[in-house]
Amino acid sequence: MQLFVEQVINGIANGVVYGSVALALVLIFRTTGVLNFAQGEMALFSTFITWKLASESDGAGLPVVAAIAISMAIAFVAGAVIERMLIRPVEEARSPLNVVIVTLGLFLGLNSVAQLIFGTDPQQISSPFPEGNVELFSSGGDAAVISKATIGMILVLLAECILLWLLLQRTKLGLKLRAVASNPDSARLHGIKSGRMLMLGWAMAAAIGALAGALVASSPQRAGFDGSLMQTILVYAFAAAALGGFDSLLGAVVSGLVVGVADALTIQYVDALDGIEVVLPLALILVVLVVSPNGLFGRRTVERV
Amino acid sequence: MTLPSDATGASVGPAIGTLPEAVVEPAAAGGPPPSIWPPVTRPVLIARIVIGVALSVAVLYAPFYFPPETNRVLSQALYIAIAAMGLNLLTGFNGQVSIGHGAFFGVGAFTSAILMVDHGWTFEATIPVAAALTGVVGMLVGFPALRVRGLYLALVTLGMAVLFPRVASKYVEGSGGVALLRPARGEFASLIEPLDDDQWAYFVCLVFTVVLFVLAWNLVRGRMGRAMVAVRDQEIAAATVGVNLAGTKVGTFALSAVYAGVAGSLSVMVNRIADGTNPILYFQLSIEFLVAMVIGGAATILGPAVGAFLLVLLRRNTEDLIEGKEILAPAIFGAALIAIVYVLPEGIVGGVRRLLARLGRRSTRAATPGASGPPGPPAAPAAPPPESGRQTDDSTNRGGSDDEGT
Repeated sequence: MQLFVEQVINGIANGVVYGSVALALVLIFRTTGVLNFAQGEMALFSTFITWKLASESDGAGLPVVAAIAISMAIAFVAGAVIERMLIRPVEEARSPLNVVIVTLGLFLGLNSVAQLIFGTDPQQISSPFPEGNVELFSSGGDAAVISKATIGMILVLLAECILLWLLLQRTKLGLKLRAVASNPDSARLHGIKSGRMLMLGWAMAAAIGALAGALVASSPQRAGFDGSLMQTILVYAFAAAALGGFDSLLGAVVSGLVVGVADALTIQYVDALDGIEVVLPLALILVVLVVSPNGLFGRRTVERV
Repeated sequence: MTLPSDATGASVGPAIGTLPEAVVEPAAAGGPPPSIWPPVTRPVLIARIVIGVALSVAVLYAPFYFPPETNRVLSQALYIAIAAMGLNLLTGFNGQVSIGHGAFFGVGAFTSAILMVDHGWTFEATIPVAAALTGVVGMLVGFPALRVRGLYLALVTLGMAVLFPRVASKYVEGSGGVALLRPARGEFASLIEPLDDDQWAYFVCLVFTVVLFVLAWNLVRGRMGRAMVAVRDQEIAAATVGVNLAGTKVGTFALSAVYAGVAGSLSVMVNRIADGTNPILYFQLSIEFLVAMVIGGAATILGPAVGAFLLVLLRRNTEDLIEGKEILAPAIFGAALIAIVYVLPEGIVGGVRRLLARLGRRSTRAATPGASGPPGPPAAPAAPPPESGRQTDDSTNRGGSDDEGT
């Protein structure tokens, strides 16, 4: 029993990470209709910036929270620039394949440039959350503990989710963002500056990715990070986004947790998948897309011929 | 020395040489099935024949001219071209985006390597088995792909490429328990003695490339090809006019997997290794196939070949360019990728074709009064003459690659 609870808690800790990267993926998909394969590497780059700003020994030595804030701001601008400079000119050709190619090019490029600039050695970011554990319950010698960092990450993720929801559903800006996402041309006819909204979508997603990256890298479960930090996380995040239906923010977060817990339990209890645990998120993606293409939280779409 | 090259030439030369005639025939006859190709003037026809013959000679002579190392690179370009062609059938003509063809390639490579290492087969005998097996795997993947479209399909196939090396390293035990199969040199023994190993590998790759490209070319122009394009452009409309949606999509998926599998099988002969230890190798390969297709031009016949040669050149030169900073190679690769999509969204073949169309329109306009017209109607073609574009383009690019190779 204790083992089970521990695994669930581990799973939640991982799931928070998957959820927050999935949040960024969903945000870009909702606002621009692009699956951003470079999301993980964009986050990796920002994470290196955070590390450089926060590191005592070979960086600026800022407090971690300030470092994260600055790197989020940088990522915000960089996301907008990437959208304007790289994605939009290609997207105007109306070929989804070309956009995929550009994001794959970004994937390769950002990863290697990040490693070139910041080195290939594993690095560490100190956690912005207090150390220690919180005891959930104890019964007859068994005790289930959850680290404060995990709780902190869950809270941050929930806050992100609520803020984004408020932004998208309760503000005029959010209405414009949604209008552009659903039909850029008619949104433009209504006087919305579509281009700016698309840039904003990418910018916000990049900033969320930066936050997610910094939190993953600083998580106490992980002993440092290097250039491969985001590669498996991205697969899990895609699984979460697919499960959530690609257009639901809450869906992405909940699905992230589901994927994380399912993954932890599989590793613990299913020996047949030893070494190929990554089957799980992939199977999830496939099953969800085949059985219910709109995910658990998505809305049905009707195609007009 | 000359005997084998002639023998191969007999099978290869005419195949390339006849491509233009096959196009010309319906146009010249002006028969009931109206040709979609514009009429071909005599100078263009002569130019095509000359270029075709020159190209065949160059391609057949290349392995005797270059050192073994270059031949190996050329063979790599050939098998990448095959895989890119397979991807082109699926993505370019049928509109199903896959970034997981590296997995099919891996299935082909491991099938050949296992049959050779563990069961003592000769290499050539393993190719049909590899092709059949990847075809089955492709069909299995093709069925769920029926319900998953566009970018989502890209996602599923990406997962395939991520998964494959892990499965390989879990279930395949090569030398020392590592998923690394290295067939012994003797297992590739040349059937034709005078040829060196590298030359033999080159010719095997060349024969497969030509056969599979001609096959694809025929397929695309026929009933199946029209169905594929119709499904890509307007799925619902295609289904309405009676195209078998599921059959077309799954069939294309399986066929495209077979191409990738044959390419993987050939790669074992060229590189003498099937590697399951590198977790991102097959993802990188998937991207390379995609790049080759897009650089060359999606939904064109010669595009994948042109793209594959450029890709191999690009990869080699970026590796040489930055000694000591190998880590930057993917960055340059990625940047080149973005740049090409940026500048030539239709790929090189598409771009050249458009250029020729512009030139052609100008010249026909200038020459209409005194033109000795062919039997067909001399109406200025709205569509560019595709064959001339392909031929010229291919010759220039192969010429370039040969020069770089020295």
